[in-house]
Amino acid sequence: MSSHNESAVAQNHVHRDEVGAKMGMWLFLFTELLLFGGLFLVYAVYRYQYPDQFHLAGMELNTGIGTLNTIILLTSSLTVALSIAAIQKRNKFLSVLMLTLTLTFALMFMVNKYFEWSAKFSHGIYPGSEELLSLPNGQILFFGLYYVMTGLHGLHVVIGIIILSIILVMIIKDKITYDNYTKLENSGLYWHLVDLIWIFLFPLFYLIQ
Amino acid sequence: MSDGNSTVIENSFYKQSTNKHTGILSWLLTVDHKRIGIMYGVTILFFFLVGVIIGVLMRLELIAPGKTIVDAQTYNSLFTLHGVIMIFLFIIPGLPAIFGNFFLPIQIGARDVAFPRLNLLSYYIYVLGAILALLSVILPGGAIDTGWTFYIPYSVRSNTNVSLPLLAAFILGFSSILTGLNFITTVHRLRAPGMTFFKMPLFVWATYATAWIQIIATPVVGITIVLVVLERLFGVGIFDPALGGDPILFQHLFWIYSHPAVYIMILPAMGVVSEIIPTFARRTIFGYKAIAMSSLAIAFVGYLVWAHHMFTSGMSDTARWIFSLLTFIVALPSGVKIFNWVATMYKGSIDPKPPFQWVMSFIFLFSIGGLTGLVLGSLATDIHVHDTYFVVAHFHFVMFGGTGTIFFAAIHYWFPKMFGRMYNDKLATLGVIGFFIGFLMLYFPKFIMGYMGMPRRYYDYLPQFANLQLISTIGSWVLALTIFFIVGYLIHALVKGKRATSNPWGGVTLEWHIQSPPPMENFKEIPIITHEPYDFSQLKEMKDE
Ligand code: HEM
Ligand SMILES: [Cu+2]
Repeated sequence: MSSHNESAVAQNHVHRDEVGAKMGMWLFLFTELLLFGGLFLVYAVYRYQYPDQFHLAGMELNTGIGTLNTIILLTSSLTVALSIAAIQKRNKFLSVLMLTLTLTFALMFMVNKYFEWSAKFSHGIYPGSEELLSLPNGQILFFGLYYVMTGLHGLHVVIGIIILSIILVMIIKDKITYDNYTKLENSGLYWHLVDLIWIFLFPLFYLIQ
Repeated sequence: MSDGNSTVIENSFYKQSTNKHTGILSWLLTVDHKRIGIMYGVTILFFFLVGVIIGVLMRLELIAPGKTIVDAQTYNSLFTLHGVIMIFLFIIPGLPAIFGNFFLPIQIGARDVAFPRLNLLSYYIYVLGAILALLSVILPGGAIDTGWTFYIPYSVRSNTNVSLPLLAAFILGFSSILTGLNFITTVHRLRAPGMTFFKMPLFVWATYATAWIQIIATPVVGITIVLVVLERLFGVGIFDPALGGDPILFQHLFWIYSHPAVYIMILPAMGVVSEIIPTFARRTIFGYKAIAMSSLAIAFVGYLVWAHHMFTSGMSDTARWIFSLLTFIVALPSGVKIFNWVATMYKGSIDPKPPFQWVMSFIFLFSIGGLTGLVLGSLATDIHVHDTYFVVAHFHFVMFGGTGTIFFAAIHYWFPKMFGRMYNDKLATLGVIGFFIGFLMLYFPKFIMGYMGMPRRYYDYLPQFANLQLISTIGSWVLALTIFFIVGYLIHALVKGKRATSNPWGGVTLEWHIQSPPPMENFKEIPIITHEPYDFSQLKEMKDE
């Protein structure tokens, strides 16, 4: 009953299974969603418990900066997708350009975040501050969650910046090419996730008031 | 089924490096799933023995009423460290990381896992987590004393090094997630031709179901742990009632992971049992699909029962009886497995070799653990025995008597394959008996003491418990000595044991088709699967090959 199975052997020797790599990435993104899912759950519990104070505290946030950052992040999701499309069409230059743009947007996002947070800090609103502790409980929790959730998201943006920079170098050095771009695709997926989470954070903190 | 390996003897994976290095680096930087499995094996065994020693020290403290060898604070740290080591470093990673790594790819006819380098990374993340967990012991501030459950407010108020072990648990969770992700992708992508899902061995099924729990449940406890650390560092208030937070919320989030984690511990063990019983009963497994599906059912229903740990924490009555009901329901798929195993043995020609003896001991101990679980799942009785020795006895029966026993069963079953040597059967039987007696002496009295009202996590007790506590302590000596005895004869067998043939037990799953120890590539040619997984008519063919 013995038979030589060429394709299976070949598949195993070339250590590259693109479908597998993408499947792994999707599973990973799924765990990321669950990680934030825990926080969304906590948010839901306390929003339900302190609706009025969440409302009041939400008005303190700067909707302008929030909106700007949303636009920036959405655009960066577009550019990363374009970068993938470009490499598929063997247009290395365009791919590099689009990825550089993505990185620029990501940095802009972080700069905005910095200004936003430092404005809050200068008003004395940060976990454990006297100013914050003098507020009613619901508002303390709102700002606590605000810092934790946007902070964790910011951390993901920073990780994304690091990953995308590595990818950028790999494209430039031709380690990622038109017939071998799964790494770029997977990083793109990660970046979309970062974007997606922000799409939820934005209305929860800045819009529903 | 053919593999072409039985005729030509190839170098085993011990003799062939996967990278350009030789010696120790060929291990430390290897991407071979078998070598990584063995590295996990050594590391995990080490931590298990550390945990055992701490357990014995605790039992020594409890040999007589009053202070014996340690004070209350040290005792607090001891049970916390014991719990953290046993749960996060031994029992959760144990079976999947060692035997899953080694045998899952072989059993589905693959050459490695889907992401070999990620696999090595998971190992180092595990090591990093382990180091951080233990570092807290030597750093100023003192060893963590909150209990392995890190309940609020202890974990926020305690002045000991709590953040470090918490961070360690987070990192260990990450390792667990990556392993799970790797196994799921492996099962989906690398099955040999002809290996349909329903031809997979049940150990693969169990590890696959476990992998799903690992990736679904672990992130939630990860974020919960991060919240506690942030609470300690910045006083965010999420779990602090003074700031409007809710300490009970911590318990919910914690158990949403940690109950499913119980199934991360037990499912792979059930998978191993489903391998061993057919092999030694020479009979195909009874109810293959029922066993496979019950793993998935356990994985699913296991998500909906977490609050049975919180019957006394403050919940509405409706919530309490719903969770109690669901807890009873989750016992059903476990029952399905037990009955199918027993039915497999019925009219089989049983060959009670040591791995099978371990399994018998498992069925007995685990059934006691499972049935006393129902006592704890019923509201009225739980109120009485909550947080007593009854609970301590219950979870040792389930985790140690269940998964721990199977850990030894798995070692004895696969030892010849992994190391190419046989151990002495008589010594092994002595090991099973010693373990069984020591185990019952150590933990059975705890059921009685718990029922009488002895609370858990106390370093001292009332005089009326003295006799039972003494029996329990003597049991801990018997058990610990047996464990060291087992480790001893296994190490001896590694060096001096008889050479093992490729199929010493007469198993039929794929690992028994290749030589012992396996060659680096596992299969020279990827096999084509035509048989059901436990079709013993193959045995004759295998001999002719
Ligand atoms: C010879 C082996 C062992 C001995 C002597 C032992 C003994 C003990 C003792 C005396 C306690 C403390 C009871 C109390 O005061 O509440 C304890 C707690 C515990 N043990 Fe073991 N044990 C052993 C093996 C294991 C194993 C294999 C596991 C896991 C698989 C385990 C998991 C735990 C856990 C989770 C706790 C609870 C810690 C806490 O309260 O935070 N033990 N054990
Ligand atoms: Cu539970």
